[in-house]
Amino acid sequence: MNFNEIMQLVKYLNKSELTEFKLRDGDFELQVRTRHFVKSKIVATPAAIPSAAAAPTITEPAPVAAAPTPAAPAPKEQETNNYIEIKSPMVGTFYRSPAPDKPPYVKVGDQVNQGDTVCIIEAMKLFNEIEAEVTGKIVKVLVEDASPVEYDQVLFLVDPS
Amino acid sequence: MIKKILIANRGEIALRIIRTCKEMGIKTVAVFSTADKDSLHVRFADEAICIGPPPSSESYLNIPQIMAAVEITNADAVHPGFGFHAENDDFAELCHDYGVKFIGPTADMIRKMGDKITAKETMIKAGVPVVPGSKGLIKNIKQGKTIAKDIGYPIILKATAGGGGKGMRIVTEESEFENQWNMARQEAKAAFGNDGMYIEKFIEEPRHVEIQIAGDQYGNVVHLSERDCTIQRRHQKLVEEATSPAVDAALRKKMGIAAVKAGASIKYEGLGTVEFLLDKHGDFYFMEMNTRIQVEHPVTEELLNLDLVKEQILIAAGEKITGGDYYPQDNVHVMECRINAEDPGHEFRPSPGVITSFHSPKGHGIRVDTHAYAGYMIPPYYDSMIAKLITRAATREECITKMLRALDEFIVEGVKTTIPFHKKLLQDEVFRSGVYNTGFLDDYDLSDLREE
Repeated sequence: MNFNEIMQLVKYLNKSELTEFKLRDGDFELQVRTRHFVKSKIVATPAAIPSAAAAPTITEPAPVAAAPTPAAPAPKEQETNNYIEIKSPMVGTFYRSPAPDKPPYVKVGDQVNQGDTVCIIEAMKLFNEIEAEVTGKIVKVLVEDASPVEYDQVLFLVDPS
Repeated sequence: MIKKILIANRGEIALRIIRTCKEMGIKTVAVFSTADKDSLHVRFADEAICIGPPPSSESYLNIPQIMAAVEITNADAVHPGFGFHAENDDFAELCHDYGVKFIGPTADMIRKMGDKITAKETMIKAGVPVVPGSKGLIKNIKQGKTIAKDIGYPIILKATAGGGGKGMRIVTEESEFENQWNMARQEAKAAFGNDGMYIEKFIEEPRHVEIQIAGDQYGNVVHLSERDCTIQRRHQKLVEEATSPAVDAALRKKMGIAAVKAGASIKYEGLGTVEFLLDKHGDFYFMEMNTRIQVEHPVTEELLNLDLVKEQILIAAGEKITGGDYYPQDNVHVMECRINAEDPGHEFRPSPGVITSFHSPKGHGIRVDTHAYAGYMIPPYYDSMIAKLITRAATREECITKMLRALDEFIVEGVKTTIPFHKKLLQDEVFRSGVYNTGFLDDYDLSDLREE
């Protein structure tokens, strides 16, 4: 497929009711997820979206068949789906504070902004400040101070709302 | 004794190392990329540390992450396996500086053998036969003819700035020299702007025969006989065997002695392999030395009933080599087929994906080294080898028969494999004769393996 053909296909898919499209032809593979895909993953937000314009897309058939629009989904369930994970980008030892006698960078309940240092991961005597890539509220700290961590290990849960 | 080994590798070899460690009572640490989180080596190790995303450069080749994993697990040794950083002298040096034992040679030994020119010079000094050649560029035709006569025809004229087969001409006798000289120089000048030429002996119909060696920390070096790896495609080995059909007891001894000389010249520590080109006259020439354990090590293990990974660990722990050279018993032949997730009917292109069904062959004289299983997703980021099928029997013919039976039993569905290629090869008359050279697969017709 050439670029124009791909763009045409994407345009068509976005207009359609499809959530996901995969095409494989020999070495060529194309995977397209439309905006309907994102919406289908959220159990039930229709109650939260007042605008009429949004309504039609929500009623479209989606893999998450469930009740088309439960008026008020359990808030907890919805929130769990929305938490963002701050994962470790490296292997090392996790420290919550810049030094043993200093307070932790963040605690549960703290607001954190993108770029704020949330912890230190140390390896071979090199201390790396780990910055948050999201803005929100620290909901959970999953690793104990001075514990070893691996790549992609979840360190914090952040509520972005 | 070493207590905990971190395996800086993946796949089949990582699993292999873990198995020996378990038998030796040594704790194991696996490192893995996110693409390998369901890999067997991760599940079998005592501890497993994720060190990065799928690309090798960010995971298995990521030295800071590997060293960090060593640190948080308190491993006292690192086994590099083969590939990745197994022959990276900087990595060996870093381990040494950090205080963790690198299971293999020292950085210095790796360096000496890593550079082809240095290696060749070291071998010449040690009295190991190397491919004869001119010492530098040829000044004129007269000098060229003298040197060629000295070396002995056939010779090959090579452009010093050369590559891709350009500026190379084979000369089979002196009367051809001037003509080939002129043509080679013209081609070299046109292709590289440099018509400097040197001469090397042309090794006719070479076989690839390598000698396994082992050296301890006290200067003792022994050899463990040969493996014949002549069946290659684009310099990738596909089938290996021992004993070599082209090596008799006398030649084995000669090559063994040469290989030991090679190892001793650098006081080699660990397991290593000295690779030779063997020509049709029974003369052999040093090609290169691999300062690590090799993919085809099971061939030697089955031939001599040894655990080479165990030997590596013992040597690293400071044990002395007490015995002499290892020669095979009569009536033992071993063969190994590398099973890759590749499509032999389509230029061996890689075939990653999910293995939907997997049944490996079993029975007397069968060994399968693999990390694959039904449901395993072969990641596209790494090499395509999924299994090594090894057979052991009393004769080469029986080995081949057993291998064909085993290949028939080997079911791998969901991805393409080289099993059909091996079946075809092992029924080939030329292969079965044992008389072939490294060029054998160059024009091998595999069109009948093409499934449309």
